[in-house]
Amino acid sequence: MLREALAELITKMADDELILGHRNSAWTGLGPILEEDIAFSSMAQDKIGHALALYTLLRELSGIKDMDHFAFGRQADQFKCCHLVEYPNGEYDFSLMRHFLFDAAETLRYESLEDSSFEPLRQLSRKFRGELKYHMLHGNTWVIQLGHGDEESHARMQGALDACFPLAFGIFEQGNREAFLIDQQVYPGERVLQERWLEKIYPVLVKASLNMPAPDLNPGTPGGRQGKHTVYFAPLLEEMSEVFRMDPETAW
Amino acid sequence: MPSFDPRIERLHISDNSKEELLSHGENWNIYEVFHQEKRGARHEHVGGVHAPNPEMALVFAKEQFGRRKRCVNIWVVNSADILAFSEQDEDMFAANLGKTYRDASGFRVMDKINRIRSQKKEE
Repeated sequence: MLREALAELITKMADDELILGHRNSAWTGLGPILEEDIAFSSMAQDKIGHALALYTLLRELSGIKDMDHFAFGRQADQFKCCHLVEYPNGEYDFSLMRHFLFDAAETLRYESLEDSSFEPLRQLSRKFRGELKYHMLHGNTWVIQLGHGDEESHARMQGALDACFPLAFGIFEQGNREAFLIDQQVYPGERVLQERWLEKIYPVLVKASLNMPAPDLNPGTPGGRQGKHTVYFAPLLEEMSEVFRMDPETAW
Repeated sequence: MPSFDPRIERLHISDNSKEELLSHGENWNIYEVFHQEKRGARHEHVGGVHAPNPEMALVFAKEQFGRRKRCVNIWVVNSADILAFSEQDEDMFAANLGKTYRDASGFRVMDKINRIRSQKKEE
């Protein structure tokens, strides 16, 4: 019972990181500034590294065949990522804002896992703490910088926020075994994380002179956590797994 | 003639040299980056980044110069804040080699240390 619950939590976390890491890596070579291109690509690598660590944990928990197969070989409805990470990169304003909103949630999630009753998750959260510190520093700095830049940068940041914000609530969609996970003290639960997330991002948005849209406290179930994805997911999966599917049994 | 340097191109300096006003965030400076390999080691110059302000320079420098191998700290310093001699001033240092009395080579510190170490071993 605990095993399935942990698998549910870890799968959605890992899928978020894999898909967002994949999306963000598409900016490599196309970033607005050389230094920023490198930084953003580097953070995408970190995300995929997190996904790998989580899939490795999953392999021990649920005896999946191997990480590559699990990451690239599943059907679309077996992925449990949220809708926010599936969306195409858009322009850099959308990608930056998504990075800011998602990484704030990710940081809080791993912070909450530092007290988890499940030791491997405690270890991972300690390991990732330093990386996430930088991801947050990067996101905060950019959002504030562009919020204050000029009329265009401010308008773009506000537009990106208006677009990303409702999607971000899908991060906190509750799974079937949520109550059990909370009861077993694996983590404090999505509701708590969502509250902390709103408190965390608000001061940064204020500093950036951006208006936080009204929080959607009762969104209809987006469905990402149940395997129901946006129209963007299938093409993404197709492209992401293309090389793997050429020869799934090959050794890399 | 167009420059290869994107920082200059960004300024749109035209041939008739009208005064151009830069808006906020458009004037990017170079920041020299120093990284420290481990606690207590000296910060070493590793290169530069360009950024609109020191905070962003630090954010960039972390990933340009602190994303692989050992690193515990990074400094960024606005290049314009660094005061230096010019190449022509090399002659001020030319006579150094003739002033060996200024070297510290007379202090045989390692000999003393090794002697103390071997004394301690015998104890």
